[in-house]
Amino acid sequence: MQETYKPTSVLDSFVTVGRSSRRSVPWRWRQWKDVFADHSVRLITTAVSLLALVMGIALLIRAWPILSSRPLGELLFSSTWQPVKGYFGFWPFIMSSILVTLLAMLLAVPCATFSAIYLAEYNHSTRAFFKPVIDMLASIPSVVYGLWGVLFVVPFVRDVAGKWIGETLGAVLPFLANDNPTGYGLLAGGIVLAIMVFPIIVSVTEEVLRSVPQNMREASLALGATHWETTKFVVLRHALPGVIAANVLGFSRAFGETLAVMMVVGNVVQVPHSLFDAAYPLPALIANNYGEMMSIPMYDAALMGAALVLLAVVLVFNVGAQLVLSRLTGRQ
Amino acid sequence: MNRRQKRRWEEIFFKTVMRGSLLLIAVVLGLIVVSITWKGIGALNWQMLTQAPQGGFYMGKEGGILNAITGSLLLAVGATALALVSALPVVFYLHAYAGRSRWVSGVRLALDVLWGIPSIVYGAFGFTLMLLVGLRASLLGGIIALTLVELPILARTMDEVLRMVPSDLKEATRALGTTRLELTGILLRQTIPGLVTAVLLAFGRGIGDAASVLFTAGYTDNMPQSLLRPVASLPLAVFFQLNTPFPEVQERAYASALVLMMLVLVISLLSRLSLKLLGKYVVR
Repeated sequence: MQETYKPTSVLDSFVTVGRSSRRSVPWRWRQWKDVFADHSVRLITTAVSLLALVMGIALLIRAWPILSSRPLGELLFSSTWQPVKGYFGFWPFIMSSILVTLLAMLLAVPCATFSAIYLAEYNHSTRAFFKPVIDMLASIPSVVYGLWGVLFVVPFVRDVAGKWIGETLGAVLPFLANDNPTGYGLLAGGIVLAIMVFPIIVSVTEEVLRSVPQNMREASLALGATHWETTKFVVLRHALPGVIAANVLGFSRAFGETLAVMMVVGNVVQVPHSLFDAAYPLPALIANNYGEMMSIPMYDAALMGAALVLLAVVLVFNVGAQLVLSRLTGRQ
Repeated sequence: MNRRQKRRWEEIFFKTVMRGSLLLIAVVLGLIVVSITWKGIGALNWQMLTQAPQGGFYMGKEGGILNAITGSLLLAVGATALALVSALPVVFYLHAYAGRSRWVSGVRLALDVLWGIPSIVYGAFGFTLMLLVGLRASLLGGIIALTLVELPILARTMDEVLRMVPSDLKEATRALGTTRLELTGILLRQTIPGLVTAVLLAFGRGIGDAASVLFTAGYTDNMPQSLLRPVASLPLAVFFQLNTPFPEVQERAYASALVLMMLVLVISLLSRLSLKLLGKYVVR
């Protein structure tokens, strides 16, 4: 298969000269293309991999005016939010975000974990039906969840949960007291968010459980353990870091969810003290105020600072969770 | 109750709890789909789908959401095309060029982390980029922000698809004397169904994403005209219509949400079908 070599470009012969000490066969056009592709592919991959870092730096630069002019402690822990007067305390927003996310996790985690166990350990044939269901849940846009929340969850909280819990337990426990007649609040946000993070927790937990070696289960079953005992003492114990990581991923997903939460959570600047109080999470702050942010001094820096806080929290949680997952499932 | 009975009841109890939680989630999905369809179908009519908003649309007068439908499609098509152009090299790197270097796991970690970043942060970053080059809220800006949202989804899904290719195929291809670039052609050819699935998945995500286009694409009642003008999108149409005090307009929000949900569900259905329909073009 001897081909006569014809240089097709100047660069081609250049490459030939450069490599001639190692190769006796001259390089062909397709080999040169390969080298070119190699370099460009590496360049693009590096750029994409550094994207998170670039985003962090860009947001930091934009938020710098406010970060440099006020102490960080005041920004993060002050509850005074009066942009027009120049007071920017993020504490109500940070607390709202944390509380609504924790509430969502509280509702979603048991349900999601049990579902994932059933799909991975118990009945493999139900998986054929439930995998598409979970994928569909994951693909529904967040604004549709928000609309559904406004239509169903908010009235439910207002007329059923709020009345019932507020009148019975609310009289005794301050965090269950209900003095918000609208229904838009922490609980509504938590319920909607719980449904939204359910698919990701289930699919990651299921993947983790599947990576547990089969012979561990067999050994336990052979010793006479029941199916549930095997799951509890062998599978879950082995997969615990991964299950935790799955929930951390769910947490960080919920933490940044914007539109659906914003539509049902009430958007009142306050630190919520009760399950039924209105809240104002960080993403909603950014999304609601982008219109005015250029007209009030420092406002744009404050909103970019909020985005930076979101990015930082999500990055830390995600990197940790992904490292645990990749070690456990060996998928990287 | 003796010990044996207790263990048996524990087994039954937890099995019931698990079945119950699965059932609960299926019921919730059913409830969402059925109730949005129920509410939306009443307000949906031909005029909604074929007209842009006329004067007084937000007070319940004439008009439709054609501007939002076309705007969303344009945004998602543009973003998916750009994301595909930048995700393919990354996937080529991971599967044809990198070999077994330690960078591979680093790149995968970076993509997984990017996937988890909330889209509102992408929106804020996109807005920063636009300020830098002096671009106002426009179709182009929206496409750029949406590209960033879709890029990790596309790259990571295609990566998983290409991992299904048996290493025998790669080795046989290389043993015939191909370059790595030519190997990528073989890999692409072999994984077409999976890649189409990945593209459709990213497309569906792009259509439904609202937070990233909120500042970058803006909103307008006109039909999309140019790359540098603001453009409407379906999720924001739902959001703005719902926020008006008029019940007639809120009805339209339900109809718009129905259109959006149907689009997304059809896309997700298509992505499932593509594995079946295109499977015949693949060597097994």
